[in-house]
Amino acid sequence: MRVEDLLRESAAERPEKVALVDGPARMSYGDLDADSDRLAAGLVALGVERGDRVVILMDNIAEAALSIFAVLKAGAVFCPVNPSLKGDGLGQLLADCRPRAALTQAKYASGCAAAAEGLAEPPRIVVARAQGPLVAGLLPLETLVGSAALRPTHIGAEADLAMIIHTSGSTGQAKGVMMQHSAMLAVSASIASYLGNSADDVVLGALPLSFTYGLYQLIVSVRTGGTLVLVKGFAFPHAVMEEARQEGVTGLPLVPTMAAMLLSMNDLSATSLPALRYITNAAAPLPAAHIAGLRRLFPGAHLHSMYGLSECARATSLPPEEIDRKPESVGKAIPGTEVAIVDGEGLPVARGDTGELVVRGPHLMLGYWENEAATREALRPDPATGETQLHTGDLFRADTEGFLHFVGRKDDIIKIRGEKVAPCRVEAVLHGCSGVREAVVTGVPDALLGNVLHATVVASDPDLSARAVMRHCAQHLPDFMVPKAVAFRDALPKTASGKVVRRLVQATGTVE
Amino acid sequence: MSDTVHQQVRDFIVENFLFGDDKYPLEHSVSLIESDLVDSTGILELVSYLEEHFGLTIADADIVPANLDSIDNIAAFIARKRDEGRRLAG
Repeated sequence: MRVEDLLRESAAERPEKVALVDGPARMSYGDLDADSDRLAAGLVALGVERGDRVVILMDNIAEAALSIFAVLKAGAVFCPVNPSLKGDGLGQLLADCRPRAALTQAKYASGCAAAAEGLAEPPRIVVARAQGPLVAGLLPLETLVGSAALRPTHIGAEADLAMIIHTSGSTGQAKGVMMQHSAMLAVSASIASYLGNSADDVVLGALPLSFTYGLYQLIVSVRTGGTLVLVKGFAFPHAVMEEARQEGVTGLPLVPTMAAMLLSMNDLSATSLPALRYITNAAAPLPAAHIAGLRRLFPGAHLHSMYGLSECARATSLPPEEIDRKPESVGKAIPGTEVAIVDGEGLPVARGDTGELVVRGPHLMLGYWENEAATREALRPDPATGETQLHTGDLFRADTEGFLHFVGRKDDIIKIRGEKVAPCRVEAVLHGCSGVREAVVTGVPDALLGNVLHATVVASDPDLSARAVMRHCAQHLPDFMVPKAVAFRDALPKTASGKVVRRLVQATGTVE
Repeated sequence: MSDTVHQQVRDFIVENFLFGDDKYPLEHSVSLIESDLVDSTGILELVSYLEEHFGLTIADADIVPANLDSIDNIAAFIARKRDEGRRLAG
């Protein structure tokens, strides 16, 4: 069985059932299945072969879901890409995964074409929702869907790669997490079982499909025959909540930033979402005050506090009946998997001690795309049994009942709005800013975003302004990675060997 | 008057979301969200600015694209809010 078979089965069982809601438009399981067959045939006709990578660079629109299943049906590997990625970042990602095709939408088409220029074998670029004629060489997605090409026969095996999804590495280089069909099937089954998902669920899809946690809203919904309400972003929470109410949303997946935005609304109440059955949180720990606020606001809904990472999608979840007793825990291993807390040698620490969380089970990644060193670092044998375990880089401790508590990161990765940020990636951009001699960024706690970045800069140009530094960052980095404050110093604290000591920059503060 | 409002809002957006990059072709009708100029927390900053700078009281239900997703929409929203305020005062 492969991931696309989840769609085939749901479509066979309930062809008329609404699979996707995208604004006023609705797409049934029958249509999603048939259209993705046609798009798959179109991709095969373009030259996409088994094992080829196909980038999907889209907002949360129906075509993004259609594209994911079409790529899989063509036997290829989909690479979801965050549309907020700018020029260089996108170029590097394309160079890394060398896609045969890139499926995007009109507003990102020129950026995508520019980023693909200069590649030895540029991908074919397919554009959804183009208004008017496209630049030569770009193809409208609708033409591929509308072509009468034959449905491809089943291509590929369960052990094939289904997806490569990029995640920030502590070195600043994005790493492509390789997921096999078997792993995606295993983790989606586990999630569906502990959330109790069924065809009656209507899930709010406001998290980006290019983000593991957002993507699994689609996979789990299709697996269980539910409905996914696609929403682009959370800028207008009132409008999103109104749509969620009208659609009868039963599942509300959140990250802490969204929870904070909901809790800051004055006119939200339990009646705002009368059908709500459950809320989930992942990507960053939900502060206890947010948990209490959500419990007050939606007393009838189960709240699942979870922990995951792209390398296995989901690792732990707290049973909702424990949330008031254990508000600071992310629970235990999800069904069908195991976790342990280990020391530097990979051996279990004593109960209550802090160590690195490792994960075992059928849901682990195969490794990082063309990065054996990083793979060897992350996937290591359990010294006791030889079984492969995923080293998460996250420090945890277990309480007396075995419930897990997040302590911190092993490396200097900072989570902003639930997304991993490698400080050195931002520092590399800062070093490219004219007038900057040296720069270091640090994470500073923020009520809404979890953390924000502050930059400390040694300027070579005395006229360099904080605003010019931020503008440079905004031109090269996604919004959330742009430092919120810039402070100037004559020098940075360093070790004897000349390495900047981030901890000391943090301790001395970076804001005037 | 209304041109001034357009300009003030534009200045705020250029200053806070483009970090002073006034070469950016910022049309008054362009969607701030669709063009990725402003993200979800940016809208909250925009709302605080409108409340403080124009003395408005903005309810949750006002924070919708029809009111806030372009400079034109924002200017029209400010005018409507001021109108409401005057009627209540009168």
